[in-house]
Amino acid sequence: MNFKLQSMHMKLLSRVTADVKHTPSAHSTLDVLWVLYDRVLRITPKTVDAPDRDRLLLSKGHGPAAYYAVLAAKGFIPEEWLDDMGGWDSPLGHHPDRTLIPGVEIGTGSLGHGLGLAVGTALGLRAQGFLDTRTFVLLGDAELDEGSNHEAIAYAAAIRLPITAIVIDNRSATHGWPGGIPVRFPNWEVSVVNGRDHDEIERALRVVSDRPHLVVASV
Amino acid sequence: MRETFIDTTTAILDEDPRTALVVADISAASFTAARRRHPDRVFNVGIREQLMAGMGGGLALTGMRPYLHSYAPFLIDRAYEQIKLDLGHQETGAVLVSIGASYDAAAEGYTHQSPGDVALLDTLDGWTVHVPGHRDEVAALLWAAARHDDRVYVRLSTQENGHAYPDAAGLRVLRRGGPLVVAVGPMLDPVLEATAGMDVTVAYTNTPRPLDTDGLRALVEGAVVVVEPYLAGTSAYLVGQALNGLPHRALHLGVGRAEIRRYGDWRDHAREHGLDPAGLRRSISGFLLEI
Repeated sequence: MNFKLQSMHMKLLSRVTADVKHTPSAHSTLDVLWVLYDRVLRITPKTVDAPDRDRLLLSKGHGPAAYYAVLAAKGFIPEEWLDDMGGWDSPLGHHPDRTLIPGVEIGTGSLGHGLGLAVGTALGLRAQGFLDTRTFVLLGDAELDEGSNHEAIAYAAAIRLPITAIVIDNRSATHGWPGGIPVRFPNWEVSVVNGRDHDEIERALRVVSDRPHLVVASV
Repeated sequence: MRETFIDTTTAILDEDPRTALVVADISAASFTAARRRHPDRVFNVGIREQLMAGMGGGLALTGMRPYLHSYAPFLIDRAYEQIKLDLGHQETGAVLVSIGASYDAAAEGYTHQSPGDVALLDTLDGWTVHVPGHRDEVAALLWAAARHDDRVYVRLSTQENGHAYPDAAGLRVLRRGGPLVVAVGPMLDPVLEATAGMDVTVAYTNTPRPLDTDGLRALVEGAVVVVEPYLAGTSAYLVGQALNGLPHRALHLGVGRAEIRRYGDWRDHAREHGLDPAGLRRSISGFLLEI
């Protein structure tokens, strides 16, 4: 990340004062989220309700400081919102709520819900003919502990559904993933990238395939 | 009722391109033709009920109208958090259609039974619950659910009444007399038989949620008996709210909490829970004698 960008993000992130509990997870997603919104996703503050917009589903609702900072930097939400996260009058909770925040596709917090929602979203888009619309879902490596993910992983592979799942791997799963994360995604296309290298992240996210694609972003 | 569900949902899929169906192996074979005609909107996820509910949420987020189907314990009990978060919390809806009811799968045992499904949905906001008492009430309920985006549960059962009452969303009075007895869905025939010769009013509904509280308030004079084919007392809090300020006594009959570790068929379990005509007559006459 270049210095100017980093200082802007840090300034925005530092305004998100209430996020004490999930600080490491908040920062782990920052680079991937920036690359998504800056270079990959076809969505702007004006197209948050366009039926053919690209979708990013933040499954890992924990530590949304980076998410909120990127949404503010890209004009989806006012920067002032960042100052009172978790406050009574704030639309920004410690986990995001799609009904309160423009540009947020799903409300999350309880882990293991994003992948199933992403599978349904991608199928719904396809059924309506939005064949160029892409569906991304962002998870954490510890989140993969939840069994519900594995229902969606197997089914997406079985029907060759071209969604992109990004797993931020900061080795936070209590019992780890011996053998690595990609083997938990059989018959998915796999990219493993440095989760801080924007060009590497972008190259992986631009891959469009005829089956689901896993991008493991190590940080 | 299951056959009516399959035929009707197949017709809705043919007629309305907004409709999608997600099943988890249960009844999948019956939708083979629909799946062949609409491969983009009919899905069998395998034995993955959490995914089925999550997919329903995702489909609804894009504007589709998803129908989800399985045995009640797998559709509701197992996927409760997905129903709570992937539908309600996202402000999306779906049509959930169950078979099995409280103990249709008597010989399969408690793992295949869901007396608590309606009580579970009662912990959540915005659910319409249909409990049809006859197969001929099913189609209209399913068609109506295709026309909006709200959250709807349709609870199908093997047990059914001898006659259909299609316009029974509110309380429909079938017998006029003294204290009110409310029969939900397939409880109507056993209630009518149990109360034969008693001086009671019998009202029927196939839509316990939202409960017809205005109708209840208008009909109750001193005492009310509610007979539900799921967990006893599920509607007690709503009945209490509806009758707030009116002096009344209430008896809530339904399926007991204690697990019955016997098999047989639904008639055996109905008898054991006191929901057969003889058991209902004992409970209702005993309650009315206390007045």
